Amino acid sequence: MGAGHSHPLYLPGTSVVHRLPAQVKIVAAFLTVLCVVATPREAFPAFAGYLLLLVAVWVAARIPPGWLARRALIEAPFVVLAVLLPFTGPDPRIEWAGLSLSHAGLLGAWNILAKGTLGVLTSLTLAATTPMRDLLLGLQRLRAPALVVTIATLMLRYADVIAAEARRMRVARIARGHDPRFLWQAGATARGIGSLFVRSYERGERVHLAMLARGWTGTLPAAGAAAAARVDWARGLAVPVVAAAVAVTALVTT
Amino acid sequence: MTASLEVTGLDFAYPDGTPALRGVDLRIDPGERVALLGPNGAGKTTFVLQLNGILTPTAGTVAVGGLPVRKPNLQEIRRRVGIVFQDPDDQLFMPTVREDVAFGPANFGVTGAELTARVDAALAEVGMAGHADRSPLHLSGGQRRRVALATVLACDPEILVLDEPSSNLDPVARRELAETLLRLDRTLLMVTHDLPYALQLCPRSVVVDDGRVVADGPTRDLLADADLLRAHRLELPFGFALA
Repeated sequence: MGAGHSHPLYLPGTSVVHRLPAQVKIVAAFLTVLCVVATPREAFPAFAGYLLLLVAVWVAARIPPGWLARRALIEAPFVVLAVLLPFTGPDPRIEWAGLSLSHAGLLGAWNILAKGTLGVLTSLTLAATTPMRDLLLGLQRLRAPALVVTIATLMLRYADVIAAEARRMRVARIARGHDPRFLWQAGATARGIGSLFVRSYERGERVHLAMLARGWTGTLPAAGAAAAARVDWARGLAVPVVAAAVAVTALVTT
Repeated sequence: MTASLEVTGLDFAYPDGTPALRGVDLRIDPGERVALLGPNGAGKTTFVLQLNGILTPTAGTVAVGGLPVRKPNLQEIRRRVGIVFQDPDDQLFMPTVREDVAFGPANFGVTGAELTARVDAALAEVGMAGHADRSPLHLSGGQRRRVALATVLACDPEILVLDEPSSNLDPVARRELAETLLRLDRTLLMVTHDLPYALQLCPRSVVVDDGRVVADGPTRDLLADADLLRAHRLELPFGFALA
């Protein structure tokens, strides 16, 4: 099993942020993102304010910015669209460095880029300080629908099993001289994915049988996540409170 | 004495009409350890799934500890029949060992301190007490097999049913599992191709082939009967012989 022993998005630690109960952090992250989204796009200083706020959390949680930056690259495919907007947007246009850029398009691109980046960074901060398992317990505590929590729990367990299976199949293909460097050689990979799907489906059926055999009736037994203390809520919600103050200031002044 | 398992005249056909079991009779008394031997496709796994009502027989009856396998009893039947499946990855699906072992008893209504005690006792029984908070993914094959056994022991079953328990285990893990099973002192039905393992663990064996019980007797006698083994595609590994 080549899978790492912890999730790639999680950075183990013992900081005050790590120690907060997961449900507090989920609510705090959600509210912070809401504030960011509600901020008018022209309120440029507000976005710097949010970034400062996140930096403060990173310092408290001892997360190196470079570690986050590498993981934030996941955003890149979504930003491509934003780059097109200044070229395709409506008039009036601005001449800059020999390019004709749309004013509205520029603002639109900035809006996507700034809010998207802040959203991704907030989520990454949550993931970096909270193990996956605790996130699920937190969701359960927050009374997320049982079915969603069940599916996420099973996904957490089997994503690694299926990834390991895919890895073994790939190694077995390579061991027989497969070298998919060109598009027309990708057929074997595609068939591999197909058979992986069938195998995963069959495994799903076997898992279901094994669950039935142990008396499964449709809901996971409630896991014992502790209730969060008031002081934890106060600490955790300090972040969205500051974010809300920034958002309100931005709304009033723009 | 009430039998741990009483199977009478069990018939089962797949939905397409192919018969899988034809008139199987089997009685296992409390404390017995029985091996169910037979070639691939003999109907062994199909038989196991009848025992806790996952498959429903076309004819015949199954009773566990005197309780017939019928729809109203299914939950209690599933507590009484502890099946350890062949691939531990099918059985261990929770993020941590502790939660997985707690899954069965929690479904059967055990809660709180008793649930914790059951989980700890079951893990201690299989020698995995120190691994409760690990992910099943990070355990070795032998450890996973023993945790899978613990998930069933935690339900306190009347009869333990093991499907190919020694498959994919290295010799040490195989021996450790045997030692664990011998220590348990529970009624046991073990489905296997591994004839030396059957001899080591089960004083009595039942051979099934083509959906029928074709032999039932002391394991040593059955394994010494070369004609019987040959007729039903069973074979001792190279270098093994029973006098």
